[in-house]
Amino acid sequence: MFGFIRQRAACRGNHASSLERGIRATALRTFSSSGKEMTVRDALNSALDEEMSADPKVFLMGEEVGEYQGAYKISRGLLKKYGPERVRDTPITEAGFTGIGVGAAYYGLKPVIEFMTFNFSMQAIDHIINSAAKSNYMSAGQISVPIVFRGPNGAAAGVGAQHSQCFAAWYGSCPGLKVLVPYSSEDARGLLKAAIRDPDPVVFLENELLYGESFPVSAEALDSSFCLPIGKAKIEREGNDVTITAFSKMVGYALKAAEILAKEGISAEVINLRSIRPLDTSTINASVRKTNRLVTVEEGVPQHGVGAEICATVVEESFYYLDAPIERIAGADVPMPYAANLERIAVPQVDDIVRAAKRICYRSH
Amino acid sequence: MACSATAKIIHNPLLLSSSRSAEKSDSCCKMLGPSSFLGSTSMSKKLVSVNKGASRVSRRSANVVAVSSDVVKEKKLKSSSAASSLLITKEEGLVLYEDMVLGRAFEDMCAQMYYRGKMFGFVHLYNGQEAVSTGFIKLLKKEDCVVSTYRDHVHALSKGVPAREVMSELFGKTTGCCRGQGGSMHMFSKEHNLLGGFAFIGEGIPVATGAAFTSKYKREVLKEDCDEVTLAFFGDGTCNNGQFFECLNMAALWKLPIVFVVENNLWAIGMSHLRATSDPQIWKKGPAFGMPGVHVDGMDVLKVREVANEAIARARRGEGPTLVECETYRFRGHSLADPDELRDPAEKAHYATRDPITALKKYILENNLASEAELKAIEKKIDEVVEDAVEFADESPVPARSQLLENVFADPRGFGIGPDGKYRCEDPKFTEGTAQV
Repeated sequence: MFGFIRQRAACRGNHASSLERGIRATALRTFSSSGKEMTVRDALNSALDEEMSADPKVFLMGEEVGEYQGAYKISRGLLKKYGPERVRDTPITEAGFTGIGVGAAYYGLKPVIEFMTFNFSMQAIDHIINSAAKSNYMSAGQISVPIVFRGPNGAAAGVGAQHSQCFAAWYGSCPGLKVLVPYSSEDARGLLKAAIRDPDPVVFLENELLYGESFPVSAEALDSSFCLPIGKAKIEREGNDVTITAFSKMVGYALKAAEILAKEGISAEVINLRSIRPLDTSTINASVRKTNRLVTVEEGVPQHGVGAEICATVVEESFYYLDAPIERIAGADVPMPYAANLERIAVPQVDDIVRAAKRICYRSH
Repeated sequence: MACSATAKIIHNPLLLSSSRSAEKSDSCCKMLGPSSFLGSTSMSKKLVSVNKGASRVSRRSANVVAVSSDVVKEKKLKSSSAASSLLITKEEGLVLYEDMVLGRAFEDMCAQMYYRGKMFGFVHLYNGQEAVSTGFIKLLKKEDCVVSTYRDHVHALSKGVPAREVMSELFGKTTGCCRGQGGSMHMFSKEHNLLGGFAFIGEGIPVATGAAFTSKYKREVLKEDCDEVTLAFFGDGTCNNGQFFECLNMAALWKLPIVFVVENNLWAIGMSHLRATSDPQIWKKGPAFGMPGVHVDGMDVLKVREVANEAIARARRGEGPTLVECETYRFRGHSLADPDELRDPAEKAHYATRDPITALKKYILENNLASEAELKAIEKKIDEVVEDAVEFADESPVPARSQLLENVFADPRGFGIGPDGKYRCEDPKFTEGTAQV
């Protein structure tokens, strides 16, 4: 990512320091200047820690969450603090332990089930959908399922086709589930805490490459009762010319693209969706009615994707406000290749977003 | 380490406890032959579905009656008072009889209603298997959990869900136990701790294991006084499913208070158990994971009850799970849509002679626990209950259109934010048929 930016800087003749400042400014943009930074990993860890200490019914279950401190170290330190009954290492039995989590939720506990990656959730998807998502409905409200399924989603770096799928669109089409996609540390903390407290099943899609990234956090976000509302998107950057919607890692790319567009005189509004189901269509539509142009960005494949759903709702609700066709930026319609150069072009990059935004801005001139 | 745990099979539960403890220490690593099991015919019974041997027929039906009276004889030797030589008291006997008759009458009425068009979709009836449901569930407390499959009407009735509510649910009326939103295959009752009703076979097993996990968690982590047990009911076909083995492993590993009850009725729709399973003796799969595996004659409610008693007590004491295989049979097809052409009529006739209700009635009458008149009175009462349930269901209203969007989430804000920027559930038109979601 940074290699690319530096290249552009070289050919555009911008000196490095202002670009660096620009990148940091992107991150610092919307926060109060408390000065504290936190990685997404620490944010998730602290959210789990606080929720487990507040409610003894919350427990964590998954592969390697205990003694290994978490496959991606998200649950570091929790085994020592809460003991092996509350931080359970399981055998490699996704269907089994997911079902056990659902049964425990039926009967009164609040499990957090970790999938090492969401690709493995496919072995347990029957329980996520049939016994968790549908149960409140099938039992007419008698059995609610206060469970959280969390883990990394989407492409990492060179992990191949079976470890790189994005499941936002799959889970986003299931009634009865809430699907959250945090980007920054504040998102991670607030949304995970909200998810654990929520009485319904929540699929919490993290991103492995974001775990190590640092974001500033406000004092408010560090408070132990901090929660973000489920179903509300966030406007990460305000703008007037084009709306760019994105979620998870793509928010970072969209923000970088917005920086580049700003230098060309295009003011982009970046929306961090935060929640795939329920989708905050009212924020998206309000933004489109302001800017009249829309680019949707996602890592998954275009067909039946999140962008497709956003396009459909915007066309339904704000058709007459559009000055140009909607641009859908998505991953290539292939299983993820292994070769690094192929992987790079299979996933949207910043310049794809920039080009798309420019296309729809010039189209009406 | 594994030896005594893996090979311990509960056997001869009807022998008094003093002799049993001696046997426990003897049975280390000794796999008991099924012939020593009361009512167990596991070695030979599996061939019934293939052969029509009349000799087997007579031997088996002889077994049912003979074994009961053998047990009675044994008990008579050990005690002097005639009353305590029986397996059940009069009250217990009548409770068991009433429960089984309710199950049978209810399912027969379901068939009638289905063919009259009042009930629809997939309906799976439990005729013939009542001994398993009654034998196990009547030993539970209200707080104990039952998790079942799509063949769940009778489990619901045994657990205490009123017949009216179950019938209404089947008719799809709003007075059903799930307000008509679940249907035949998805019976849930929070009050009676019936945690479903699952259409996918094997799906209920991890859920039941989770409920047992909660029981243990409540006791050990939350320090509550909790000894609730969970029963998971499932069939022979399910025992080839991956989730079954995953849960046997985890239940034994974490010593969860659960009893895995296999209702082996030899058929999974049209697939015979023998054609589908490399080793058809399901009870053997328990010791492979470190829990006792028991085989019992599922057409005899008293035997089932004795085995169930021990297995449930084991779980309550914290000794971990048990796998109980009940040899049983469904008199009807897999569902009301199944023409049931693959099963041998001789096999069906044979099992019809082993009807659990007839067997219990015979036991009660032979041992003078109750008179014919009392049993008839129970049957009449049940007929009235079932008739009343049908009437109630018939007269109940269908769900209002607004009910369509209800209960998707426990937190209604889960539907998100509407075009006016407020939560959709705050829109007064939200649950009307015209609401935009």
